[in-house]
Amino acid sequence: MKGEVWVYAESTERVLHEVSLEILSKGREIADSLGGSLSAVLVGRDLMDVAKELVSFGTDQVYWLEPPDSNFYPGVHVVEALTELVKEHDPDILLLGATSVGAELAPKLAARLKTGLSAHCNDLKIDEQGHLLQVVPAFGGGVLATIVCPEKRPQMATISPGVMKIRRNESRNGKILRREMPLNGKSRVKVLDSVKEERMEVSLEKAEIVIAGGWGVGNKENWQMLEDLAKLLGGAVGATRPPVDEGWAREYQMIGQSGKTVRPTLYMGFGISGMMHHMVGIQDSEFIIAVNTDPEAEIFKMCDFGVVGDLKEILPCLIQEIKKGRSEREGF
Amino acid sequence: MRIIVCVKPVPDPRHWNRMSLHPTLKVLVREGIPNVVNPLDRHALEEALRIRERYGGEVMILSMAPLFSLSILREALAMGADRAVLLSDKAFAGSDTLATSHILSEAVKRIGPFDLILCGNQTIDGWTGHVGPQLSEFLGIEGISFVKMIEGFHFEEDGTAKAIVRKKTEGGYVRIEARLPLLLSVVKEINTPRYVTFSGILEAERKEIQVMSASDLRIDPSQVGLAGSPTKMADLFMPEVKRRREVVQEKPEMASKLIFEKIRQRGLI
Repeated sequence: MKGEVWVYAESTERVLHEVSLEILSKGREIADSLGGSLSAVLVGRDLMDVAKELVSFGTDQVYWLEPPDSNFYPGVHVVEALTELVKEHDPDILLLGATSVGAELAPKLAARLKTGLSAHCNDLKIDEQGHLLQVVPAFGGGVLATIVCPEKRPQMATISPGVMKIRRNESRNGKILRREMPLNGKSRVKVLDSVKEERMEVSLEKAEIVIAGGWGVGNKENWQMLEDLAKLLGGAVGATRPPVDEGWAREYQMIGQSGKTVRPTLYMGFGISGMMHHMVGIQDSEFIIAVNTDPEAEIFKMCDFGVVGDLKEILPCLIQEIKKGRSEREGF
Repeated sequence: MRIIVCVKPVPDPRHWNRMSLHPTLKVLVREGIPNVVNPLDRHALEEALRIRERYGGEVMILSMAPLFSLSILREALAMGADRAVLLSDKAFAGSDTLATSHILSEAVKRIGPFDLILCGNQTIDGWTGHVGPQLSEFLGIEGISFVKMIEGFHFEEDGTAKAIVRKKTEGGYVRIEARLPLLLSVVKEINTPRYVTFSGILEAERKEIQVMSASDLRIDPSQVGLAGSPTKMADLFMPEVKRRREVVQEKPEMASKLIFEKIRQRGLI
């Protein structure tokens, strides 16, 4: 139905994912502009509190599918149950987070529904005919494409985490519609266990200051200076791909197309050339400072303040400068 | 074990800075930019070769691409795959991920039984990650994306087999047990692809590449290409850069003072 916007809400251990709230915020905006309503789809055991939270966040309906077992894999059974639900209610738009779950579930669901799907959207708009315009990055973000799905419904898209702003809209009385989700027959896939790996102290996505390093940092010792600077400023350390491959940084610190999207007040990039697949992950930063020895580096075309110079010499000076500046201000 | 590896030729990312947008036609001008095997597909192929080394069997390359991509398939064969199937037809041009997955699934059905399909988790050009999961859906099998490790296989007495894999998640990974036949889309961490050797190149010359068209696959042209693709590209544009672009070249002491000043101005010190 025209204007019916659905969002697949993801939760882990009964905590809603940030990206789901981000998409719900955008979904609300789209539903309002189309004069429709906003629904969330929730799949899992014992999620009444999460469903209530979705209602208080500003959702008109919550479709909650509850499987008999909490340890299910979101494979064929979930695709079937969601297909049935979608066919029953015929939503206009269906949005999912481009997460490890959403990015796998969305294409399967689109294939089952024989409808169009765009991936890793940065932006969503509605055109004059009421079609969903889906802006996606291609070629590492060097090019953006607007995708439409003019005939088939629902219009489906996955949204990159961290690109939409969260806006609560609490003035609603949403309904929770719970339904059992049978896991027909023997499942061919079973989750054995979930393993959590080390997390950083300040989460990259939430950090006000992000200090990032690239190939040009050169070695682990220099990398330590980035860590020191971040500690001094209360920021988080991010990386491009090469430092992760070299073992100076960890996988979860990677920023860009295959990593995280950040939007800090201040981003400082050291020894980063400015390849689009990194830049696409920092483009919404408020202020970008870049340090690179190569005056021709691409990052200088995309920064607010650039310094052509050697980070090995600049970093120790900068760390000193900040310590000095801080002690002067604090009167020590 | 019979393994199918999906491979896509993509424009070499090292030359992307030479790509431009045609000012009126709204298409990408990519003349003179060579194609390469999509980087993650090399990891999928490497994993297939390692499984073959351990359990025996056959590794087959499957690709949908224009005919000039034969050299890219030779490269994949030179890595060690046994044979290749190239799906090539004018009718396929402009296919979105749904139409592409449909074409691949029809080819897989004709290629015959398989135990495993391995794909790169996404291609470096379009970056959707859709084709793996959609192919599994069209084949009616389970598909798992973001696979960073195949721990191993268990072969049952009744002739069935199970794989234990690790799927990368936001905070770590999940261990999953899944029955074959199965489709796995792999990420970079899974392995380091081998280099192509000279003898590999020589051997690849003698390996078979079967070319199949839409009619070979008995595919209805209205189901593929632009006509069979529910998504359309409405616009193509370069991202706007609205930055101050103040770039200086100073001695480290001065540079540090200037950076410090910028941080202070933003109220962060």
